[in-house]
Amino acid sequence: MATVDQSKIRNFCIVAHIDHGKSTLADRIIEKTGLLTSREMQSQVLDNMDLERERGITIKAQTVRTVYKAKNGEEYIFNLIDTPGHVDFNYEVSRSLAACDGAILVVDAAQGIEAQTLANVYLALDHDLDVMPVINKIDLPSAEPERVINEIEDIIGIEAQDAPRISAKTGQNVDEVLEQIIEKIPAPQGDPDAPLQALIFDSVYDPYKGVIIFCRIKEGTIRKGMPIRMMATGADADVVEVGYFGAGQFIPCEELSAGMVGYITGSIKNVKDTRVGDTVTDRSNPCKEPLPGYKKVLSMVYCGMYPADGAKYPDLRDALEKLQLNDASLFFEPETSIALGFGFRCGFLGLLHLEIIQERLEREYNLDLVTTAPSVIYRVHKTNGEMIELTNPTNLPDPSEIEYMEEPMVTAEIMVTTEFVGSIMTLCQERRGIYLGMEYLEETRALLKYDLPLNEIIYDFFDALKSRSRGYASFDYDFKGYVQAPMVKLDILINREEVDALSFIVHADSAYERGRKMCEKLKDEIPRHLFEIPIQAAVGGKIIARETVKAMRKDVLAKCYGGDISRKRKLLEKQKEGKKRMRQIGNVEIPQKAFMSVLKLDEN
Amino acid sequence: MKKDLEIYIHIPFCVKKCAYCDFLSGPAEQSVQYRYVKRLLQEIQQSEQLAEQYEVSTVFFGGGTPSILPGEWIAEILSALKKIFTFRKDAEITIEVNPGTVDREKLRNYRESGVNRISFGLQSAKNEELRLLGRIHTWEEFLESYRMAREEGFTNINIDLMSALPGQTVESFRETLESVLALQPEHISAYSLIIEEGTPFYDRYEEHPELLPSEEDERQMYYDTKRILQEQGYERYEISNYAKPAYACRHNLGYWDRTDYKGFGLGAASLLSDVRTSNQTELFEYLDGNFSGTEEALTEQAIREEYFFLGLRKTEGVAVGIYQNYYEKLIQRLQMQHLLEEKDGKICLTEKGIDVSNYVLAQFLDE
Repeated sequence: MATVDQSKIRNFCIVAHIDHGKSTLADRIIEKTGLLTSREMQSQVLDNMDLERERGITIKAQTVRTVYKAKNGEEYIFNLIDTPGHVDFNYEVSRSLAACDGAILVVDAAQGIEAQTLANVYLALDHDLDVMPVINKIDLPSAEPERVINEIEDIIGIEAQDAPRISAKTGQNVDEVLEQIIEKIPAPQGDPDAPLQALIFDSVYDPYKGVIIFCRIKEGTIRKGMPIRMMATGADADVVEVGYFGAGQFIPCEELSAGMVGYITGSIKNVKDTRVGDTVTDRSNPCKEPLPGYKKVLSMVYCGMYPADGAKYPDLRDALEKLQLNDASLFFEPETSIALGFGFRCGFLGLLHLEIIQERLEREYNLDLVTTAPSVIYRVHKTNGEMIELTNPTNLPDPSEIEYMEEPMVTAEIMVTTEFVGSIMTLCQERRGIYLGMEYLEETRALLKYDLPLNEIIYDFFDALKSRSRGYASFDYDFKGYVQAPMVKLDILINREEVDALSFIVHADSAYERGRKMCEKLKDEIPRHLFEIPIQAAVGGKIIARETVKAMRKDVLAKCYGGDISRKRKLLEKQKEGKKRMRQIGNVEIPQKAFMSVLKLDEN
Repeated sequence: MKKDLEIYIHIPFCVKKCAYCDFLSGPAEQSVQYRYVKRLLQEIQQSEQLAEQYEVSTVFFGGGTPSILPGEWIAEILSALKKIFTFRKDAEITIEVNPGTVDREKLRNYRESGVNRISFGLQSAKNEELRLLGRIHTWEEFLESYRMAREEGFTNINIDLMSALPGQTVESFRETLESVLALQPEHISAYSLIIEEGTPFYDRYEEHPELLPSEEDERQMYYDTKRILQEQGYERYEISNYAKPAYACRHNLGYWDRTDYKGFGLGAASLLSDVRTSNQTELFEYLDGNFSGTEEALTEQAIREEYFFLGLRKTEGVAVGIYQNYYEKLIQRLQMQHLLEEKDGKICLTEKGIDVSNYVLAQFLDE
C-alpha cells in the first residue's frame, strides 16, 4: 500500500444535470470494477441517505475507491468522488472538484445540455479539470447522441466525437468509459516527501470515531499519530486513523501520500472544526501556505422552525444538533415567537437545503414542525451608522431608525427553448429581474441572464419557471452582492392582533399585492370560529388589505339515533382532533400550515 | 320492576335508493326479503334470555322502507317479539312508511297487529324537490297515504321533512311547512340535508356547494321551522324534532337518554347495560344466519361523554348530577359564550348553541 505508483491512480468525479444519470453511472463503474457484485449492489450505492435516493439527488459528497484491471493488464485505483448535484451546494461541489484531477461529464442523449450541466462544466474547467464527456441514455427512443455531441462541442467547446455512447441503466458500453478514464483523466501529481497539504472536501460525524475528514492529499504524506492542524479554523488534532473508502465502509491503512484520496480521524468532536475547503497540514512540519479557494459558507436563507408541540422543544434542539454534526452549513440559534413559542431561527444554503433539513427532522426524528416563511438576509443601515444583518423580519428596527436597506442579488442563468423565452422573460420581470443578456446556444435554445433579488427566487421561482416552460427551462444562480432597495415589513393581524410569525419583508412595490394575496390565503386556511375574524395586512401600522373569516353560523348534526352513535362520536372526535393541529393566537385557532402559506402565494 | 327496553327492527330494503341516502339499505327481490325476514324471526327467537330482564317500552321499524314488506310480515315480526318479550301496555310501536308503498289493507294490518304510530318519509311538499332527491313518490301520493292512515285510525303520525334541499328556497320550504301543518300531524321531524360521502349527492354537490341553498338560507329555514311550528302548538324537544304535547317520540328520546335498546336485523345496533353491539353489515352473511358483528364495552369515560353529547340534543337538556366536578369549568365557559344555559336544574343548549352544536358537544369529549 505504501508504494502506490501515482501513475496508477485516477481521481475523478462525475458532473451532470439532475436526472441525467450521474448516480446510475457511478453504480455501474463500481459494479464493473468488481468492488461489489450486482447482487450486492443496492441501486445507487453512493446516495446513501433515504432522502437522497428518493429525491434522486446527492446531498453530501460521497467517495468510493475501486480497483480496475485495465485491458493493458495493469491495475488502476479509481477514486470516484460524487459531488452534490444542486445549486444550493455549489461550494461543496467546488471543493469536491478541487479534490479531483478530471471529471466525467454525463449528458442525457435526449435532453442535451442543460443550465446545470453548463454550470458544473464551467466549475470543473475553472478547477483545471480535464473533462471527459459521456453520452448517456442511448437506449431511450428519443436519444440523439450525434446532436448532443455536436452540442457539447459547440457550446462547451470540448472535443466529444469519441465520447462513449452508453446506457448506464443497461450497462451498455460502460467498459469504454472505464478505459477512457485511464486514457483521458490525468494521474495525480505531488511530492510525497513535501510538507503535508491535504484538502478537506467533506466530513461526517461518527459517534465512535468523532469527525471523519474526507481529504485529498495534494503534497506530502499523512500517517497515524501525526500532529495535524486545520489551517483556516486553527483546530489541532492527532491522527488516530487513516484509510480509504470501500463501498459504504471505511478501510484503514498505514498512510496516505500525495495524489491519494482517503479519510483521517483524530478524535475531533465538531464538524465545525473541519470546514470543507480547509487545508490539513503537519503541525511539526507545516506547509507554507494553505490551498487556495477556502471560504466560509454562509447561510443564504433563514426561517423559524418550531415544534408543533411546544413540549418537543428539547427534542428539536437535540435533532438539530445531531444534524449539524454532519452539516456544518446548517446554522441555528434559539428564538421566541409570541405566536409559536420557543423555536429556532435556522440558516440554510438555499431552499432545497431547508426542505431537506425539514424533511429529515420530520422523518428521522419524528418531529412535527411549524416552519415560518423563509427569508433572506437583509442589510439594515441605521441612522446611527450601525448595520444589522436581518435574518428574522420581527427584528426589523423601527422605520424611523432606518437609513436604508439592502437586499441580496444573484446572477441567474436560465436555459430555455426559444418558444418559452417570452414567458420566462415576463416571469423574471415580475420578479424584479434586471435583464443582462441573452445568447442563442443553437437555433432552438437560448441562455438568458438576469440579476434577480434572492428573495424573489427562494419561494417558488423554480416551480414557476417549470410551469411556464412546460418543464423545459433549467436554472442556475450565483450570489452577486447586495443592492439598496426599498424594503418594508409586511405585518399580518389576525383578529386585530399582530402575528409575529407571519411577518415578512417585501419590496415596497409588491407590498400591496402580497398583502392582499396573503389575506386571501389565510382566509381560506383559517377555519370559521364562533365569531367574525378580520385578517389584515399592514405596512408600518397602515392597513393595506383586509379579508374576513365569517362567523360560523351552523355546525349541526341533524340526526343522531341509536344506530349511528359510534359514527357521530367519531365525527365529534375528529372535530376535536383537528384542534390539536392548531395554534392558539388570542382567541383564534390557526392551523399550522397557515404559517407557510406565504410560500404559496402564486398558486392559482 | 323490570327495566325498559326499546326494540329496533331494521328493514334494509327500499324500492329505489334515494340520491342522498347513506343508510344500510337498497332494493332487493321479494325472495331475498322473504329470506331476510325468516332470519330476522330467528334472531328474535334467540334473545329469550335477554327478554327476561326487560319490559318493552317501544318498537321501531326503520329502514330502508319497512312498508315495502307485505303487512302480514310486520304482523309476524311483532307477534314473534310479543311471544318472547313482555310489552308495556302503552308501548309505542312505530313503522316508517314511504308514501306510495302502502295501501289501505297494509295500514289496517299494521293497526291490527299493534302498530300505533306511523312515520311518513315525506321530505318535501314540492314535487320538483322530491324528484331531485330521487324520491319515488309525489306530494299527491303522500296525501292519499296520509288520508288512508287517518281513516284507518292512526292518531299518532310523524312527517319527516328536509330543508336545504337542491332547488329549495326559503319560500318553497315555508310553503312545504304550511302544506304539512294543514294536515295537523302529531309530530314533525325537520332535518337539514347532510351531504354524506359515498352517495350520488356527494359526487354532485361536495365540490359545488353553490348549487345548494346558502348557509344563510339554510339557517333561515331552520328558524322558520321553529317559529311556524311553535305558533301552531308544536314543541321543539330535540334539535330536529317537534311534537304536539305528549306526542314526542319515546323511542328516539330513549336513544338520547341512553335507555337500553336492542336492535334486530342487518347492521342493527344495541346498547345493553353499557355494552354497545352492532350486527353484521353484510347482507349475504346475515342471510346465512351470521348475525353478530362488533361489540364494545363502553368505558366510564365513553359513558360520561355520551351522556352529554346525546342528552344535550334534547331541548330540556341534561342534569349535570354526578359529573358536576368534572365539567364545572367547561360548562361555565360555554355559559359565558352563551352556548349553554341552565333551566330547571338542567343544562341545555341555547339557540346559538344549537346552531353550532357540534362545536359544543365536541367539548364534552376528553382530550
